[in-house]
Amino acid sequence: MALLDIRGLTASVGDKPILRGIDLTLDMGEVHAVMGPNGSGKSTLAQVLAGNPAYEVTGGSIRYKGMDLLEMEPEERAQAGIFLAFQYPVEIPGVSNAYFLRAAYNEIRKARGESEVDPLEFADLMEERLALVDMDPVMLGRSVNTGFSGGEKKRNEILQLAVLEPTLGILDETDSGLDIDALRTVADGVNKLRTRHRSFIVVTHYQRLLNYIVPDVVHVLAAGRIVRSGGKELALALEEKGYDWLTEGAPAAGVSA
Amino acid sequence: MSSSIESLITKEYAAGFVSDVEADTLPPGLSEEIVRTISEKKAEPEWLLEWRLKAYRRWQTMPEPHWPNVKYSPIDYQGISYFSAPKRAKPLASLDEVDPEILRTYERLGIPLNEQKMLAGVAVDAIFDSVSVGTTMRAELAALGIIFMSLGEAVREYPDLVRRYLGSVVPYSDNFFAALNSAVFSDGSFVYVPKGVRCPMELSTYFRINAADTGQFERTLIVADEGAYVSYLEGCTAPKRSTNQLHAAVVELVALPGATVKYSTVQNWYAGDKEGRGGIYNFVTKRGKAFANSKISWTQVETGSAITWKYPSVILQGDNSVGEFYSVAVVNNRQQADTGTKMIHIGKNTKSTIVSKGISAGEGNNSYRGRVQVLPKATGARNYTQCDSMLVGNRCGAHTFPYIEVANNSAIVEHEASTSKIGEDQIFYLKQRGLSAEQAVSMIVSGFCKEVFKELPMEFALEAQQLLGITLEGSVG
Repeated sequence: MALLDIRGLTASVGDKPILRGIDLTLDMGEVHAVMGPNGSGKSTLAQVLAGNPAYEVTGGSIRYKGMDLLEMEPEERAQAGIFLAFQYPVEIPGVSNAYFLRAAYNEIRKARGESEVDPLEFADLMEERLALVDMDPVMLGRSVNTGFSGGEKKRNEILQLAVLEPTLGILDETDSGLDIDALRTVADGVNKLRTRHRSFIVVTHYQRLLNYIVPDVVHVLAAGRIVRSGGKELALALEEKGYDWLTEGAPAAGVSA
Repeated sequence: MSSSIESLITKEYAAGFVSDVEADTLPPGLSEEIVRTISEKKAEPEWLLEWRLKAYRRWQTMPEPHWPNVKYSPIDYQGISYFSAPKRAKPLASLDEVDPEILRTYERLGIPLNEQKMLAGVAVDAIFDSVSVGTTMRAELAALGIIFMSLGEAVREYPDLVRRYLGSVVPYSDNFFAALNSAVFSDGSFVYVPKGVRCPMELSTYFRINAADTGQFERTLIVADEGAYVSYLEGCTAPKRSTNQLHAAVVELVALPGATVKYSTVQNWYAGDKEGRGGIYNFVTKRGKAFANSKISWTQVETGSAITWKYPSVILQGDNSVGEFYSVAVVNNRQQADTGTKMIHIGKNTKSTIVSKGISAGEGNNSYRGRVQVLPKATGARNYTQCDSMLVGNRCGAHTFPYIEVANNSAIVEHEASTSKIGEDQIFYLKQRGLSAEQAVSMIVSGFCKEVFKELPMEFALEAQQLLGITLEGSVG
């Protein structure tokens, strides 16, 4: 059974259809890249998988671990192992990163029938995970994403991913706004988290990130549909030729991705 | 967020039970006769009766104030009973003699009066309806010369001290509700900390309204003598009832030269139901007088009451005195709050800080009202005010009424204000990390209030955070 099975998925923002029929199957342990020009719907796909209420699913189905994902609340999806690394991580002033992370970690443990951890046990875990993304422990005491630089925010997303240990990690344009050093650190972190029991969907506009996180499958999205799927060489071809040779004739979906 | 908070969020008003205690309750109505009866029941000296009568006569001439930004049906002052006491044969010699039903009430509220069970480092006075039912840790405090007892007892045991300071900060003629309180005040706590003594534990009073159709009119007086330090906390609960109940308290703080008084409130009176039926009218006058080099700090977390009307204030009388006001006021459903502070700068180089966090949810209405006044002689006065409002949903209201009057050119007065709305994006972000909508709101709001919570004693900060979660229950879909 596939970990994730998307069939004929359509979704809108307001009255505007963005996804126009997505079919995608992802197995356990696979890394799929979703690429496409601005407005093709790739970020929408990421948000819909996470259950963002701002996006309305108008048709199709998504099965995750055999469950009907569309029937699940965002927190239930998170507890079932879906993690979205946001393109624009949200600031929560006054709430320390450590407190927030431990609360989330404990909720997910509870959902798995595991016991909660106290602050001391959690501190030990954090020490190890911080090293994974090369992050300064000082960041744990700061308010969630508040006043973080773009790079710090993205790194913080990967730290959360490392702590919450999802089954399916979705990276929504994690590379945007990162310089090459930060990109490498973030990609190294993700690579260390790649296992046979964890899958990733890597949403990106540029091929650059895929030099570091090498995908098993590449999908190209245009105007809300997958127009081509292939191996990692497809990403290289896109780098060389651009998107036009695949998307010619396809109308733009409208909203920027 | 811990599972205990989660269980609290899904809980209704937990303090809403009624205790079955035999009570000695005066018939409803207010007259000179009633004032005399209250004084007589408490075996008060003549001077106090005279003071009450002056207050009563003054009250009759005063109009009820309607300038606060709150709406309520007229209060029938003759329909209220002004005194209710648990029945007992004679004065209590020790806590062991307290009606076990009352002790159980406090245990259910999480405030064991049994000293062995006390949290280390907190002394408690418990006020049940109109009277104090017991004060803990008295022996330990007495060894340092600290007096902590009910005001009623203090009138008998330390009449000179009480007479000297009662009404010295909030005179009986101060305002409508203060005058009413002065006429009929039942009981409250009295604290005196002698010169140079640092009170080694938190002093705490727990107020409980139990009887129906009674008002609670407690009066608290705290005096910190020169160089003394005291931290005091009050908590409040009441049963759920479908009618409104009046709570008109007065708190007076006196910080003599070099003293520090820290006063914290976690107010959780019954707020009424979702349609706004029932709940406490919390009309309270709180004020402190700060002498030279002294400091008075108010911290309040207001989550309960149908209506809150209070402005804990500081008269910065002495040179170099400091006043602080840290406030969180939350309204949900049909709750209304009009609250803030007054900082009156009289002495030179006086400083005041105001941090107010208002949270409005449901159809609640929250107003900050503050006055910063710098008098002509207050050279070098300094004020900083920060006033933040947060809206949850789109049917609630947040209002700000800051008054600033400066009569000395050397003064520096700053006012910062902000209004924000809990973002759908913030809630989604937290839900995506596995938290429920209610946990998410509670976390965002706690973060918003952090600057105030850090002023509270540790164990109460946690309680305040939990109360916030309960108050905002059901405010997001």
